[in-house]
Amino acid sequence: MLLVSLILFVLGIILFFVKRDLITMFMAVEVMLNAANLAFLTFARMHGDLGGQLIVFFVITVAAAEAAVGLAIILLVFRRTKSIKTDELRSMKG
Amino acid sequence: MNTVLFFILSTVAVGGVLGALFFSNQAYTALFLVLTMAALAGLYGLLGAPFIAVVQVIIYAGAIMVLFIFVIMMVRLGKGIPPAKKRWTVALSAVLGPALGLEIYLALAGALSTPRHSTPGEAFGEAEAIGRLLLTDGLYAFELTSVLLLAALVGALVLAKKPEKQ
Repeated sequence: MLLVSLILFVLGIILFFVKRDLITMFMAVEVMLNAANLAFLTFARMHGDLGGQLIVFFVITVAAAEAAVGLAIILLVFRRTKSIKTDELRSMKG
Repeated sequence: MNTVLFFILSTVAVGGVLGALFFSNQAYTALFLVLTMAALAGLYGLLGAPFIAVVQVIIYAGAIMVLFIFVIMMVRLGKGIPPAKKRWTVALSAVLGPALGLEIYLALAGALSTPRHSTPGEAFGEAEAIGRLLLTDGLYAFELTSVLLLAALVGALVLAKKPEKQ
């Protein structure tokens, strides 16, 4: 299980750096969060401790909040610059 | 039985991310990630966490990925993202990613190789036990999370609304 978690995390990092648009990079972050969740649940299982599952619950909640705000920011960026490709976004000025 | 399920589900999860990696269309990427999330929910169920598995399906595979697909539909990119101009970043991440994985593996080899599967009781990871823990040990974090969700809701509304016409 931990090996699967490690593989998913590394694939998430590769996805983050290979893709060139904000939405896919954001989805890669979600993959990495899920890999961490899998590791937490594996450790919870190993030690018979429910605390790991509690943390996963909070991680999922925070990920939902983060997705809402992040996607709103992506929409805002797209509305201003008509692009979400990281190659073309060169300015942080509003 | 469990081992077979574990191999099938983990293959589907890793294959989903690989598919997301090799398709350049964002909508395909999102759908592959829905597959990954669903397979991960199955893995969570195998790990004795049925409540977390249900939460994963509802929130991740349901809500979050649907939100992503909404935004992909709103952000029209014509013919999708062309392949990267800088090929060296792809090559570099293909080399450095596995290097990082190997490094983490070596650093954590002790933790990875101890299959101390204690056998917890029947009620491990049931909704009742999680709820009890949530309202005793995790009460402070639970309340903070509710404030965070409210703040995220208001923040997303304020950020994404159309500018008012004077």
